[in-house]
Amino acid sequence: MSILVDQNTRLLVQGMGREGRFHAEQAIEYGTRFVGGVNPGRGGGAALGRPLFDSVAKAVADTGANTTLIFVPGPFAADAILEAMEAGIGLVVCITDGIPIRDMLVVRRYMVGKKVLLIGPNCPGVISPGKAKVGIMPAHIHQPGRVGVVSRSGTLTYEAVSQLTARGIGQSTCVGIGGDPVGGFTFVQCLEQFQQDPETAAVVLIGEIGGAAEEDAAAYIAQHVTKPVVGFIAGQTAPPGRRMGHAGAIIAGGQGTAAAKMAAMERSGIRVVHSPASIGEAMADLLGHTT
Amino acid sequence: MKIHEYQGKEILRAYGIPLPRGEVASSPQAARRVAETLGGNRWVVKAQIHAGGRGKGGGIRVAASAAEVEQSAVALLGHHLVTPQTGPEGQIVQRVLVEEGCEIAQELYCGLVIDRQFGQPLCLVSPVGGMEIEAVATTSPDQIFREPIDVLLGLAPFQARRLVEQLKVGAAAQHELSLLLQKLYHVFHDKDCTLLEINPLVLTTTGTPVILDVKMQFDDNALFRQPDVVALRDLAEEDPLEVEASQYKLNYIKLSGNIGCIVNGAGLAMATMDIIKLAGAAPANFLDVGGGASAEAVENAFRLLMADANVQAVLINVFGGILRCDVFAQGVLQAVAKVQVQVPVVVRMEGTNVEEGRQILAESGLNLLIAADMADAAYKVVQAIQG
Repeated sequence: MSILVDQNTRLLVQGMGREGRFHAEQAIEYGTRFVGGVNPGRGGGAALGRPLFDSVAKAVADTGANTTLIFVPGPFAADAILEAMEAGIGLVVCITDGIPIRDMLVVRRYMVGKKVLLIGPNCPGVISPGKAKVGIMPAHIHQPGRVGVVSRSGTLTYEAVSQLTARGIGQSTCVGIGGDPVGGFTFVQCLEQFQQDPETAAVVLIGEIGGAAEEDAAAYIAQHVTKPVVGFIAGQTAPPGRRMGHAGAIIAGGQGTAAAKMAAMERSGIRVVHSPASIGEAMADLLGHTT
Repeated sequence: MKIHEYQGKEILRAYGIPLPRGEVASSPQAARRVAETLGGNRWVVKAQIHAGGRGKGGGIRVAASAAEVEQSAVALLGHHLVTPQTGPEGQIVQRVLVEEGCEIAQELYCGLVIDRQFGQPLCLVSPVGGMEIEAVATTSPDQIFREPIDVLLGLAPFQARRLVEQLKVGAAAQHELSLLLQKLYHVFHDKDCTLLEINPLVLTTTGTPVILDVKMQFDDNALFRQPDVVALRDLAEEDPLEVEASQYKLNYIKLSGNIGCIVNGAGLAMATMDIIKLAGAAPANFLDVGGGASAEAVENAFRLLMADANVQAVLINVFGGILRCDVFAQGVLQAVAKVQVQVPVVVRMEGTNVEEGRQILAESGLNLLIAADMADAAYKVVQAIQG
C-alpha cells in the first residue's frame, strides 16, 4: 500500500497554464491516471489528450476524478480549493504559493464536517513511488519502498529523499504539507496514516521553525506511533522575528524555535539529526542497513 | 509588513475607535507646535520606529510643558534608538508622535492573532496590561482569556461580552469595551492583519476606554488587495539590501556571518544556514532564489551578496530535480562574470545532466569549487574562508 495517492488516483489539474500543463505531463509520464483539466472559459477544449472543463463539478461528473492538483494563482486559489471541495473531490492538493491567510481561514471553516483532505497550500504535493505522482517533485530521485516522508518544505524534502534513495532505502509515500501558517493536512494526520499503512515501516519527519506542528507531532508519536521516526528541523540558526521565506517559518514571541521542537521530538523518542546531511544515514542506521 | 504606531492609529480612528488626540512631527519645532495646538499640561512624545520595546529604550517620554516636548523631540529625532528588539546598532528615529496625556485608572491588554493549529482568528484579552504578553503568559497564564473566532461570523457580541467580563472593569465601561473589541476585529479582518495588538488598552479615571499603543502586522500575501496599507510602507525602516532584494522578488534576509548563501527553496535555504554553522562558520544571509533558480535570479542574488562587505565566500546549494544542471552552470558562469565576483564560490547542484554541469564549472577557469553533496559543500566553503 501507500497513503493518499496510488493506482486508483483519478487526477484533475486546476489551472492548466504553463506550469500546470508541464506537471500534468510529468504525472502522465510517471503513470498517474490524468483525467482532465479545469480552466474556466476553456471548457470543451482538450490538453494532453484529455478534456478541459469550465468547472470542477462538470469535470467530476464526466471523469469520476477523485483527486485534484491546483496551480491557480494566489489571489484566486482559495476559490479553486472551495470549488473542488464543493464538487466532492476527496483529495485536494494545492501547490500555489502566496494565498492570503484570511482566504485559507475561510477554507478551513468550510472544510469542517466534510470528507475531504487538503494538502498544502504552498507545497510540492504527494508521490507514492512507482504508483502515482501528484505534485511538482522530480520523479527520478524516488524509489518504491517502505519509508514514509512528511515535510513542510519542498527542495529540502528532495534532499532527504535522495539521501534515502542513494542508500537503497525506498519510500512508500512522500508528502509535502506546505510552508504556510494555515494549511490543511497536518503532521499528526499524516503520521496517523503512516502508522496504519502496513507498507510503511518507518517515517522521516522534516519540520521547520514557526508554529507548534512539530510539538504536536512529537506528542502524537509518543502516544500512538510504534514505527521508528527520524526527524530534522530547519532553521536552527534563524533569527527570531524574521519570516524565513515560508510564510509560516517565523519565531514569534519566543515560540517556534528549532531548539524547542528538537527537544520535544527527542523526548518522544524520535531520532533527531542536527545536520540536514545526516537524514539518510540516520534512517539507514535505524533500519539496520549497512551502507 | 509592519507599519508605525501613528499610521496604525490613523487606521483605527477611521473605525471610530477611541484614541488620545495627537499628531506626528518630524522636527522639534513641529513637535512643540503640536503640543501647543493640543493644549493641556501633560504630553507624551513617542519615537516612531517599527521595533517594539521602545519604552525600555527611552523612546517614550512624558513632558510637562511645550518646551519639554521640544526637548524630548530633540533628544529622539535623528538619533539611533536601541531597544531589546532593534539589535545593538538601533534604529534611527525620523518622526515622533506627540499626544495628549491621560489619567490612567487601569491598564488592559487586547490582541488579535491567527491560531495556526485550529486555522481561525483568536481574540486574547488580559486584565494585566502594559507588560509584554509573553511575560504574562509565563508568570500568570490564568490572567489571559481567549475567544476563538468563526471567520464566517466575526467576533459575535456575546463573545465580546464574555471577554470583557474577565477584565474586572466597572459596569459602566463594559458595554463600550465590548463594542471596542468588535471594532478591532473588523479592522483585523478588513485589513488582512496577521497581528493587531493593543497594549495597553486603558481605562481613564473617568472610566473611558482609550487605546494608548497599537501594533499591527499585515499578511504579505494579501497586499495585492490592500493598496492603502502598501502606501504606508516605510523603506527607511528596512535593511537596504532587503529592499533591493524585494525589487528582484528574492527572499533575502541579512544576517551577521561571512558566508553568502544562494539556495533554491526556503526549507533548504534554512538547512544550508544550519549546516554552515555546524561546519564551524556563520551564514551572511538567508536567500531563496525560488524553486526554478533562473539565471536572472542567480545573477541578482550575486549582486546582493557582493554588496554585503562581510561576505568572504559564497555557497550555492541548488536541488533542482527537473532543473538542467548544464543550463544552471552556464547561468552561474555568466553571473559570476557579470557581477565580477571576487570571492571563492562553492557550488553544489543536483538535477539532470549533473556531470555536464560540473564539467562546465570545472573548465571555466574561475574560482569555483565543486561539491559532491551538502556536507561537502559546507566543509569546502569553511575551508575557503580559513585559507
